[in-house]
Amino acid sequence: MTSRAPIHEQDARPDQEPFVADPDVLVEIRGLSFRHGSRVILDNLDLDIRRSGVTAVMGPSGTGKTTLLKLITGQLRPDAGSIRVDGEEVTRLDRTALYRLRRRMGMLFQSGALLTDLSVFDNVAYPLREHTDLSPSMRRKLVLLKLEAVGLRGARDLMPSQLSGGMARRVALARAIALDPMMILYDEPFTGQDPISMGMLMALIRQLNDAAGLTSILVSHDVRETSSIADYLFVIHEGRVIACGTPAEIAADRSAWVRQFMDGLPDGPVPFHYPGPSLSDDLHSRASA
Amino acid sequence: MGKRRNVELMVGTFMALGLIALFFLAMHVSNLSLVTGGEGYLLNARFANVGSLKVRSPVTMAGVRIGRVESVRFDKATYEAVVSMRIDAEIDSIPEDTFANIFTSGLLGEQYIGLEPGGSPDYLRDGEEIANTQSALVLEQMIGQFLFKKAGESG
Amino acid sequence: MWLDSVAGLGRGVLTALERLGRAHLLLLAILLGVGEVLRRPRLLWEQIYNIGVLSLLIVGVSGLFVGMVLGLQGYYVLSQFGAEQSLGVMVAASLVRELGPVVTALLVAGRAGSALTAEIGLMKATEQLSGLEMMAVDPVRRILTPRFLGGLVAMPMLAAIFSAVGVLGGYFVGVGLLGIDDGAYWSQMRAKIDFEEDVVNGVVKSLVFGVFVTWIALFQGHDTVPTSEGVSRSTTRSVVHSALVVLGLDFVLTALMFGD
Repeated sequence: MTSRAPIHEQDARPDQEPFVADPDVLVEIRGLSFRHGSRVILDNLDLDIRRSGVTAVMGPSGTGKTTLLKLITGQLRPDAGSIRVDGEEVTRLDRTALYRLRRRMGMLFQSGALLTDLSVFDNVAYPLREHTDLSPSMRRKLVLLKLEAVGLRGARDLMPSQLSGGMARRVALARAIALDPMMILYDEPFTGQDPISMGMLMALIRQLNDAAGLTSILVSHDVRETSSIADYLFVIHEGRVIACGTPAEIAADRSAWVRQFMDGLPDGPVPFHYPGPSLSDDLHSRASA
Repeated sequence: MGKRRNVELMVGTFMALGLIALFFLAMHVSNLSLVTGGEGYLLNARFANVGSLKVRSPVTMAGVRIGRVESVRFDKATYEAVVSMRIDAEIDSIPEDTFANIFTSGLLGEQYIGLEPGGSPDYLRDGEEIANTQSALVLEQMIGQFLFKKAGESG
Repeated sequence: MWLDSVAGLGRGVLTALERLGRAHLLLLAILLGVGEVLRRPRLLWEQIYNIGVLSLLIVGVSGLFVGMVLGLQGYYVLSQFGAEQSLGVMVAASLVRELGPVVTALLVAGRAGSALTAEIGLMKATEQLSGLEMMAVDPVRRILTPRFLGGLVAMPMLAAIFSAVGVLGGYFVGVGLLGIDDGAYWSQMRAKIDFEEDVVNGVVKSLVFGVFVTWIALFQGHDTVPTSEGVSRSTTRSVVHSALVVLGLDFVLTALMFGD
C-alpha cells in the first residue's frame, strides 16, 4: 500500500514554492471527483503514483481511465479534489504554467495522434521546433536518435497515412520522448494491436522507463499485458479505486469484482443481462399490447 | 522546400489577382476615377423646389460634370431648399451671374444641376451663393397643367 | 403532455444558447492568437492557399457565368424600355453590391468551409488537437487562428475577383454578342456605380461574410462529436448554417448600407 500523506490544501498556491508531501510520489491525487453532465465518472478518488516505475490504472471501458489522464495533464478540470504533479497543483495552474508543466510530460494517445500532413520526421521534430532553439543539424540528430530508439529511423520520410497502427504508435512515442520528459502517460497502448506490435510496444514501454529513469502511467483494460509490465496496479470501478497493489497482490485478490475483471468472467457482480424486467413479464406485456 | 515555394507563389498570384480585381472595380467599374475627393470649393444655391435632386447628383456645365451636390437642406425661414455643390478646384472661373437649373436626364432619368455661365467678369468663390436659379420641373405638375389647358381649349 | 413539449422547447433554447456561448468563447480564443500568427506569417500563407487559391477556380467560373446570365437577362428586360445602354450599370450594380459578396460567400462555405470543418473535426476525432495540447502547443492558436485569418483575407479577394470577372462576362455577352455600344456599357456604369457606396460596401460585406463563414466552419469542426458520424454531421451543419447566416446578414447589411 502507498503511504497516504495528509492533504495540504492551503499550500497549493501555484506561485509558492511547491509543497512535496512525499518526494517519492510524482502524482498525488486526493478526493478527485469529475462529473459529465449528471453522470459521475470519478467519485472522490485517491491515488498516488510513485516515481520511476510503471504504474497501471485498469478498469472496464467507460470507468473514467482516459478522463483520469486528461485530468492529470490538465486538459480537463475536476469538479472537486486536488491533483499534484511533481508538487504543482495542476487544477490551479494558469495557461502558461500548465504549458510549462506539459513540456515535461509526454502522452501517447490511442490513435497516435500524429499530425497527418507532416512526415514521420517532422512529427518527431515538431515539439523540438516549437520549444527549443536547437540548430537544424542538432535537431536532426536528436530526431534520428529518438526514431532509432523506437526502431523506425528508416521510416522517417513516410507520411502517417502510410504507417500501420503499431508503427504510428511507435512514432508517437518517439515524439512523446523528444523533449526528454519526466513522465509518459499511455492511453490504452495495446488496444487493437497484433501480437507482434503488442510485444514491441510492451518491450518499448519497459525499456524507455528503465533506461531514462522515467515515470510511466499506463491506462488499459488489457489485463494480461498490463500485469506483465507494470510495477504497480490500480483497479478502478465506478469512479473509485477498488484494488491496488503489485500484479502478484492483485492476482491473489479474492474480491468477486476484481476476480471477474481480472479473469474476464462473463457473469458476476457485473451482470451479463442489462437491467430490465424479467423475460416472461416482457414477453407477456408485449403480447397484450 | 519546393512545395512551400509553390504555395508562396500561388498565394502571391492569388493576392495579386484579388488586388487587380479590386483596382478594376474601383477605376473601371465605379466612379472613383471621376471623384476628386474632398477637394474643390462649395457653392450654394436656393431653389423653390429641388424635385428629386439628391446628394452626389452631378453638377454640370455645358453638359460636362464639374462637381457634385454635397448637401440638400430645407430653410425654415424662406421655405426654400438650399443646395450646396462641391465644384472641382480647377473650375475656378464661374461668373457671378451664372444661372443654376435643375434638369432631368431623359424623361424619367435622374435629376442634376446644370449651370449656365453668365457674362460677369467677377467669379464665384468658396461659400458664395448663386442668385439665379430655376426649380425642377415636376412631371405631375406639367401633366396637370397640360390637361388643364387641354380641357380649357376643348371646353 | 404539453408540459413535455414546453420543456422540450426550453431545453432546445438552452442548448442553442450554450452553443452560442461556446462559439463566442472560441472566437475570443481565436482572436487572442492573432499576434502569434502575424509573427509567423507562413502559417497564414498556407491557409490563404487552402481557402483562397483552392476556391479560385470555382469562384472565377461562377462569376463569369453569373455575369453572362445577367447580361442576357438584363438585355431582354432593359431593351423593352429602350434602356439597353444601362446594361453595364445593371450588371455591375447587381454584382458589386449583392451577387459578388453573397454568391462568393456561399461558394466558399461549400468549398472551403466544409473542408475546414471536416479537417478540424477529424483532427479532433483522431486526437491531433489533444496531441498538440500535450506538446504544450495551443491548438486554437496554432490551427484555428491561421485558418480564420486566411478566410478573412481570402473572402474579399475572391468576391472582388467574382465581381470583376462577372462584369467582364456581362461585357462579353452585352457588347460582344448583343451589340450594345462598347462606350455606353462602361461610361454608364462608371457614372452610376459609386466607389464608396457600392464597391467599398461590397468589400465590407464580404469581409463580414468571411468572418462568419470561417467562424462557423471552425466552430462546427472544433465542437464536433469526435466520431466519423459526428464529423459528417458537423460538416453538413457548417454549410447549412453558413448559408443561412450569409443570406440573413446580407439582408441586414443591405438595409444598413443602402437603407437611405
